[in-house]
Amino acid sequence: MIEILRQPWSWYISGPLIALIMFLLLWVGGNFGVSSTLRSICTFSGAGKNCEFFDFNWKSQHWNLVFVLGGVIGGYLASTVLQNPEPLTINNNTIEDLASIGIGFNGKIAPAELFSWNSLLTLKGFLVLIVGGFLVGFGARWAGGCTSGHAISGLSNLQLPSLIAVIGFFIGGLVMTFLIFPLIF
Amino acid sequence: MKYIKFLVIGILFGIVMTKSEAISWYRIQEMFRFQSFHMYGIIGSALAIGILLVQLIKIKGLKTYQGETIQLKDKNFSISRYLFGGIIFGFGWALSGACPGPMYTLIGNGFSVFIVVILSALLGTYVYGLLRGRLPH
Repeated sequence: MIEILRQPWSWYISGPLIALIMFLLLWVGGNFGVSSTLRSICTFSGAGKNCEFFDFNWKSQHWNLVFVLGGVIGGYLASTVLQNPEPLTINNNTIEDLASIGIGFNGKIAPAELFSWNSLLTLKGFLVLIVGGFLVGFGARWAGGCTSGHAISGLSNLQLPSLIAVIGFFIGGLVMTFLIFPLIF
Repeated sequence: MKYIKFLVIGILFGIVMTKSEAISWYRIQEMFRFQSFHMYGIIGSALAIGILLVQLIKIKGLKTYQGETIQLKDKNFSISRYLFGGIIFGFGWALSGACPGPMYTLIGNGFSVFIVVILSALLGTYVYGLLRGRLPH
């Protein structure tokens, strides 16, 4: 059994499980929206003192912080007990396209040259880690949600605003990948 | 103890995000370059089942396990905040290869540098809060 679980999980197993997670969160009185935790942590850190947007009852969101703590633990378990012994496989065209802008592939889940503490001191590492993180936080709150809140929860509830947000996610992602990556890498 | 169920669901989430490889920067690049069906399959099948489950909640009037009404709020309509906010989010998603869920899960995967990514995302959230009154919504 554990040998089967250690294999990468196909999309038709993973996708329905994500829907199940959304359902379970609703069933226990929460909802599926991860970026809200960023606002809660800002409030916890005192941001509500000088900014009204963060002046809310973050304690009502305790459950969501526990959920993402579980997300960290789950990531640990999946990369240890359930670790896939085989390297990651991705499409060869992607490998070639990334190689043409100087990003290598060695079967890890992320390029080591970009996702390490040392890379924070390089321009590319700064852009990917610091600027990338900033834009995710800023954009998610402006759009009122991220992939979980809009692409899964919102679209499952047939919300037109979520469809607009997801279209925005893809416009941004495509512009970054095809127009801006060639400039910075 | 009342939070233990959220911890368990979160652990399942972290395992699914890792085992599906949705936390991989390379998988996100494959998706934005339209070179693999994998991520579209994950999001599409999650959505197909998600729509069914939400309809089930609405039609059957399902309650939480404590008998309370399940909150499914309609979002206020606007174009600018969702489109512009979404585009900014998309820039960050393609750059970092991670949306907020995977940011947490990647720390568990041993990519401790994602602590810095989350700190940056917190700063981004905070700056949004400061500029909120001046942005179109």
